[in-house]
Amino acid sequence: MSKYKMHLLVCGGTGCHASASNQLLENLKKEVADKDLSGEVQVISTGCFGFCEKGPIVKTIPDNTFYTEVKPEDATDIVAEHVIKGRQVKRLLYKDPVRKEVISDSKDMGFYKKQLRIALRNCGFINPENIDEYIAADGYNALGKVLTEMTPEEATKVVIDSGLRGRGGGGFPAGVKWDIARKVESDQKYVVCNADEGDPGAFMDRSILEGDPHSVIEAMAINGYCIGADKGLVYIRAEYPLAIERLKIALDQAREYGLLGEDILGTGFNFEIEIRYGAGAFVCGEETALIHSMEGHRGEPTFKPPFPAQSGYLGKPTNVNNVETFANIPVIYNKGAEWFASIGTEKSKGTKVFALAGKINNVGLIEVPMGTTLREVIFEIGGGIKDGKKFKAVQTGGPSGGCLTEKHLDTPIDFDTLIASGSMMGSGGMIVMDEDDCMVSVARFYLDFTVEESCGKCTPCRVGNKRLYELLDVISKGNGTHAELDKLRNLSEVIKDTSLCGLGQTSPNPVLSTMDNFWDEYLSHVEDKMCPAGQCKELIRYEVVEENCVGCTACARNCPVNCISGERKEIHFIDQSLCIKCGACFEKCKFNAISVS
Amino acid sequence: MAKVKSLADLKKMKEQLQSSISLREKSEHPEGMVQVKVAMATCGIASGAKDVMEFFTGNLEKRNVEAIVTQTGCMGYCYAEPTIEVRLPGQDPVVYGFVDVKKADEIIEKYIKQGELVDGIIPVNYETIDKK
Ligand SMILES: Cc1cc2nc3c(=O)[nH]c(=O)nc-3n(C[C@H](O)[C@H](O)[C@H](O)COP(=O)(O)O)c2cc1C
Ligand code: SF4
Ligand code: SF4
Ligand code: SF4
Ligand code: FES
Ligand code: FES
Repeated sequence: MSKYKMHLLVCGGTGCHASASNQLLENLKKEVADKDLSGEVQVISTGCFGFCEKGPIVKTIPDNTFYTEVKPEDATDIVAEHVIKGRQVKRLLYKDPVRKEVISDSKDMGFYKKQLRIALRNCGFINPENIDEYIAADGYNALGKVLTEMTPEEATKVVIDSGLRGRGGGGFPAGVKWDIARKVESDQKYVVCNADEGDPGAFMDRSILEGDPHSVIEAMAINGYCIGADKGLVYIRAEYPLAIERLKIALDQAREYGLLGEDILGTGFNFEIEIRYGAGAFVCGEETALIHSMEGHRGEPTFKPPFPAQSGYLGKPTNVNNVETFANIPVIYNKGAEWFASIGTEKSKGTKVFALAGKINNVGLIEVPMGTTLREVIFEIGGGIKDGKKFKAVQTGGPSGGCLTEKHLDTPIDFDTLIASGSMMGSGGMIVMDEDDCMVSVARFYLDFTVEESCGKCTPCRVGNKRLYELLDVISKGNGTHAELDKLRNLSEVIKDTSLCGLGQTSPNPVLSTMDNFWDEYLSHVEDKMCPAGQCKELIRYEVVEENCVGCTACARNCPVNCISGERKEIHFIDQSLCIKCGACFEKCKFNAISVS
Repeated sequence: MAKVKSLADLKKMKEQLQSSISLREKSEHPEGMVQVKVAMATCGIASGAKDVMEFFTGNLEKRNVEAIVTQTGCMGYCYAEPTIEVRLPGQDPVVYGFVDVKKADEIIEKYIKQGELVDGIIPVNYETIDKK
């Protein structure tokens, strides 16, 4: 129907824009017009291809040729050779860094296979409020298969064989956990879905519940059959209204179709699911605290054992799994345990969903096979660092995790490699930082969070984390010495060793990992009283660079405390004793005449 | 709605639903059904996806385009919200990012009505599990 025979897609994302893709776009349009092809060839500007490192990008449709690092002057060749003569411009084709060969069809590019959607398979495809669309996409087929063709033991074995590990942070093998709950004798058992998602920067579980609530419902019912439970509970934070609404709609539809309730699919199996609301405390995501919270008690963790599988909700055997863990379950039955186990690394199977955030071009939700490297995630899928800045660190695992650096970029990500590098998988928040981020401040941010969120039950966590925060604060204000650095490390070790639950046991991780990986930065704060990233207010100075100042007065007019003096057309001066370091002068000066140091 | 009483029932249902859903994707008359999906996860809605959805539902009918407008979950492109996916009959779907009402109007006039691609396409960069 389209009258165009060919389309040239030119990346107009921020990265490519910075390398003159707009000029390239104009040149291509002009070439096309000059050659009288405007009616047949269309030049379009697109969003980021995620491949900014190799930008600007041009892709041709319908023949899927992918040109990288295209300069404005290459427009002539592309039109003359490719468009008119149908010959690819070889020198602009993408060269595969691994196979060292030129790739001419973008369908063959490894890049397009970087992401694989298993847990997110239906998110963005089906209408989450319509059970019919879920059923058309193979929905409830796994439940039917399990109920009619397998014993609970056989069905559990499928999950064991798949090698699926819990996606809530700990990475415990899901099938093994199911098997433990299955073997415990009890008149009543429970299935709990942990949708607390308290990590700062994480939104995977919310997105799954918003985009594909039925997959979680189906998986919970399967779990119920496997362990012998007829009751499920979803523990979700009240701050997720849309996820709650979609879940409620889905539950109603499943009940209406008889896919929840009594005698499901005529097999005699009964299963019901209820929603329980959490008030949004981070510690309530810890499974024992979550169970107490559901029972109406304070959300405080208790010592394990007993594990929830032995004595959980109301003292009954309870299997707790994370939302994303559940979302993987139906596919494992539909496509087989072997299929699932063929994806990922030796000890971490399948994919992991990450919420990419921070100083990155493509903020969003991604899913990659375990074993994908951080570099691939950040620079290819994530499209690299915003505004062409330099990559500095990536924080994974939230407050339980740590900051990884340049030297970790080529590590294949899985549960074990991240721990070996001093961080954690956590639930999948991934916050990317650039040269402007100060690592002492980052550690302080996470400690501030931990102090707020500690339940207060044990002293090392309640008092120790507060002291860690204070030490970091002293250092960031330029009042720290080597004694503070030693204390930071010692106290961190003590808190790790002596806290009752995972929150306290991991809370010093952001401190330890930043000290390990950015020791220089701590030293600058302590020895030189300098913040290399220019973030710690107490340690920076705004000064006028005399050679550049033209005396435009913009700085003085915008300074909120009037501490800048100087006549029109004369060099200005900042009174350091009054300056509050708001940075307004720096932002307003158009002549690069204010320096930060 | 009738209950699904057995696995056989479910399978039958799935087949019917699949064919009715694929019918609306590959309609027999090419000028037939157009499918528009609006990503309506929290971040989509926060950046205005609801207005875009309303614009499509209201305007496609007014302009005599036979279309189905539905909502869907997160497509993964939070940085380019609101995002929509448009599938013209018999063609691969195209995703557009940063769709406001003005852009939506351009998409209807140029892409949906004339099949002419417009600026703002978001390249898809993932693989899905093939659903057999
Ligand atoms: C402080 C703390 C917070 C936690 N928060 C969550 C959470 O928000 N969501 C989650 O699924 N698991 C969370 N966990 C892990 C749970 O205790 C539990 O291991 C998990 O829900 C089990 O499910 P999985 O095996 O499927 O990952 C948290 C653990 C700790 C120590
Ligand atoms: S470690 Fe912290 S959060 Fe965990 S039980 Fe102790 S005080 Fe509470
Ligand atoms: S804004 Fe910059 S150029 Fe203007 S007076 Fe201030 S320092 Fe000088
Ligand atoms: S940093 Fe703020 S307070 Fe200090 S001189 Fe500049 S404008 Fe004034
Ligand atoms: S901005 Fe062009 S590939 Fe990312
Ligand atoms: S929640 Fe925005 S695209 Fe996913």
